[in-house]
Amino acid sequence: MTQNRSWIPYLLILPTVFFLGLLFIAPLVQTIWLAVSDNGMPSLANMRTMMIDINFGRSILNTFLLTLVVVPVQIAMALAMGTMVSKVNGGRETILWIWTIPLGISDLAAGMVWLSILQNTGYLNTLLFSMGLIERQTAWLTYQTPVALFVGIAVAEIWRGTAIVMIIIVAGLNQVPKEFKEAAEIFGASPWTRFTRITLPLIRPALQSALILRTVLAFEVFAVVYALGGRNFPVLVGEAYNWQNQNQNYSVAAAYAVLIMVISLIATLFYLKVIKVDPERLP
Amino acid sequence: MSNTSFISARRLLLWSGIVALCAWVLVPIYLVALGALGGRSGVYQWPKSILPTGVSLQPFFLFLKTEGVVQSFLNSLGAAGITVALSILLGAPAGYALARYNFRGKDSFRILVLLTRAFPLAILALPLTVSFIRLGLYDTVIGVGLIHTVLALPFAALVTQGIFLGVPRELEEAAWVFGCTRIQAFFKIVAPLALPGLVATAVFAFVISWNEVFAASVLTVRNRTLTAYLLTVLSESPMHYRFAGGLLLILPSVVFIFAVRRYLFAIWGISSK
Amino acid sequence: MANIVIDSIRKDFGTFQALKEVSLTINDGEFVSLLGPSGCGKTTLLRIIAGLETGTSGDISVDGRSIVGLPPKDRGLAMVFQNYAVFPHMTVYENVAFGLRMQKADEARVKKQVEKAAALLHIEPNLGRYPNKLSGGQRQRVAVARALAVEPRVLLMDEPLSNLDALLRLEMRTELKTVLQAAGTTTIYVTHDQTEAMGLSDRIAVVHDGRIEQVGTPVEVYNHPATRFVGSFIGNPPMNFISMPVTAGHVAIGTKRFAVPAGSGDTILLGLRGETVERAPHGQGLEMQVRVAEPMGSHLLLTGSILGQAARVILPATETVRNGEMIGLTLDAKRLTWLSPDSGISYPAAA
Repeated sequence: MTQNRSWIPYLLILPTVFFLGLLFIAPLVQTIWLAVSDNGMPSLANMRTMMIDINFGRSILNTFLLTLVVVPVQIAMALAMGTMVSKVNGGRETILWIWTIPLGISDLAAGMVWLSILQNTGYLNTLLFSMGLIERQTAWLTYQTPVALFVGIAVAEIWRGTAIVMIIIVAGLNQVPKEFKEAAEIFGASPWTRFTRITLPLIRPALQSALILRTVLAFEVFAVVYALGGRNFPVLVGEAYNWQNQNQNYSVAAAYAVLIMVISLIATLFYLKVIKVDPERLP
Repeated sequence: MSNTSFISARRLLLWSGIVALCAWVLVPIYLVALGALGGRSGVYQWPKSILPTGVSLQPFFLFLKTEGVVQSFLNSLGAAGITVALSILLGAPAGYALARYNFRGKDSFRILVLLTRAFPLAILALPLTVSFIRLGLYDTVIGVGLIHTVLALPFAALVTQGIFLGVPRELEEAAWVFGCTRIQAFFKIVAPLALPGLVATAVFAFVISWNEVFAASVLTVRNRTLTAYLLTVLSESPMHYRFAGGLLLILPSVVFIFAVRRYLFAIWGISSK
Repeated sequence: MANIVIDSIRKDFGTFQALKEVSLTINDGEFVSLLGPSGCGKTTLLRIIAGLETGTSGDISVDGRSIVGLPPKDRGLAMVFQNYAVFPHMTVYENVAFGLRMQKADEARVKKQVEKAAALLHIEPNLGRYPNKLSGGQRQRVAVARALAVEPRVLLMDEPLSNLDALLRLEMRTELKTVLQAAGTTTIYVTHDQTEAMGLSDRIAVVHDGRIEQVGTPVEVYNHPATRFVGSFIGNPPMNFISMPVTAGHVAIGTKRFAVPAGSGDTILLGLRGETVERAPHGQGLEMQVRVAEPMGSHLLLTGSILGQAARVILPATETVRNGEMIGLTLDAKRLTWLSPDSGISYPAAA
């Protein structure tokens, strides 16, 4: 049936291949070339410019710290949410809907939401004031308060980005038959053992894709940082943006882009290697 | 007896956790809405009240009347519309091919699609600036829509694959047997059954475009999308305008997510495989 | 090994009563089936015994000690699930060892027990493999081995054969019986398949609408069903029920008169097993209007009506009957069941 019409699938995927070739592969190659060339000649000048910039080290450090804090917290929260909601019968739908609302919220909007809480006359200060912990309005988002600024950005990122992790994890949990947990319970496994020895290994694929997705997104963090801290908290994508739009230096911006891509790719490969997904060992 | 109180203590703990997490999501949205509707005086009120006092729609309308807001809102809608149209029109056929055919190069194609996930795609807007200027796409809604389609298309192809796999092949074969051509069978049998899933996919494509900040900011100067506009005027706008902008960004997405809430888990179950 | 006393267990789901005060005693080493149609409450009862669900009221004790409120792990039991629930991310060995390792048994004992259970179920060659490589029947064996490896006081089985194809089911049924007899473990076995229950059990508890309708050996339950439901659920073809007029404590069938139990009213329900009849010469015995005669090879299956009521009987394969023929049947008084037409409950069998 399909042999004599073997051109059909190619016809169907052709537009996508063409489009991705033009707007994904081509710019990818272009970015790399832009980053490692100078006036049409291979050169590491842009890399050098990037690396000697005073914000370079800080932006790398900030981005990594943010990723290292935000991603594990999001995974842990998502697992807790998934476990909680699996114990609920009535109202499950509503709870899940509320928890997924941040999925529709952009990082810029998330930044503004938390700005309304963390700004000088905001709700955090009001709360601390009413509890008698502070005596006057306190600034949290300046470069004199790097730790508070970092915490604020991390909280905003966790607030916004946990929904997608939760959805992937809950979808993964839904695919684990409840008999596995019951069998483990009958044979004497404690709730914690059931979670670590049965549930976690069985949702490996979901964990893997959640980690890859969230980590790549975490390295892309930009607007939420910009909304809360302006340029007080340099991150990699923010630097790329500044080089492109403020300094009009596309090559250094491309160097940053390549750096971010390399980091993302390494992270992805790392997850693929560490969290092995063997279809033989899944339900 | 002690057993039941133990159980109810656990239930109490469970529900406190659930309520706390719901509040964690909802309270900040409520607070930014207060900020958006409280106006200038609301921003400087100290200490703040948690109750909606002094709230009116006036400050929000004032914000909407600010120069550039309505235009950028429309631009965002336009870019999102292009993203939806392109990612469904291109992605659904690819998803169908993945679901129904075995062909040489299928795995390579899947890898190409999955590869996009390992890259921060929005960053690819950087080199595109030059080509877009040359092609006259720079600073246009179409240009932004194109780059947003790169973000949404792989997602759409993978999700529609799952959707089409969910329509039993036998139904389509039955249609062929009863005299439909392949194209008729697709539109009479498969498309209606796949429609809800396709709509949900379209909504996600919309949200992806609507929320994207970086590429939109890089590729536009005057024809800004709402996110790009807000990002550029951020530092010089007063606080209550920023909150109003945040609220304006949040509202459509939340409505859309509500509309497709039933499909969220099915879709992510599929796309995370 | 242990004896189990189930005392007035009740389970409500909202307003729906899944179990209505069920009581049952299971002796040490006995194999008891809970047999009933889907939704009758048999699986709920099993899950309450396992501790996976909590009864609304009532008590369950094992060896005289109540286990209500204990978590499953402290009940000393093992279970085989309908879909096996063999962990896909562990090897067969790790699966069989799971329960022992949870009990923190030392590895020497784990190894000994795993090898013993594996030998019993002939899965030694598969110990190093992952379950997804195995067929349904092999996975079934792993599930049973995992349960037996912990030497449970009580073994619970929830429709363990229902996911196997017909041929394999028959094979596993025979094998299960051999294995469990060797192990001598007290077993509660849930099934909707009457032939499984008949073949495996020491005793059968027939469950219907959240109640146990009858408990007895397979032969008792088959020959003397306590209720109309039991008679119709067990046996293939099911028992025939024919309503008959009673005159002066007797029922007239053909030329014979059968005494009916005292206390019956004007009519009585005759429970007739299809294979207990013999063909009578024409004009004698109970008349049956045959609609369809189906030669089955081993026997002849007749479908039609007796006294205007639907009936199915079985004659030896040597008989020949045409479709539409009227035949006479001779009944064996000792193998008849008499039931009240109102309550559907049978009268005690005459001594």
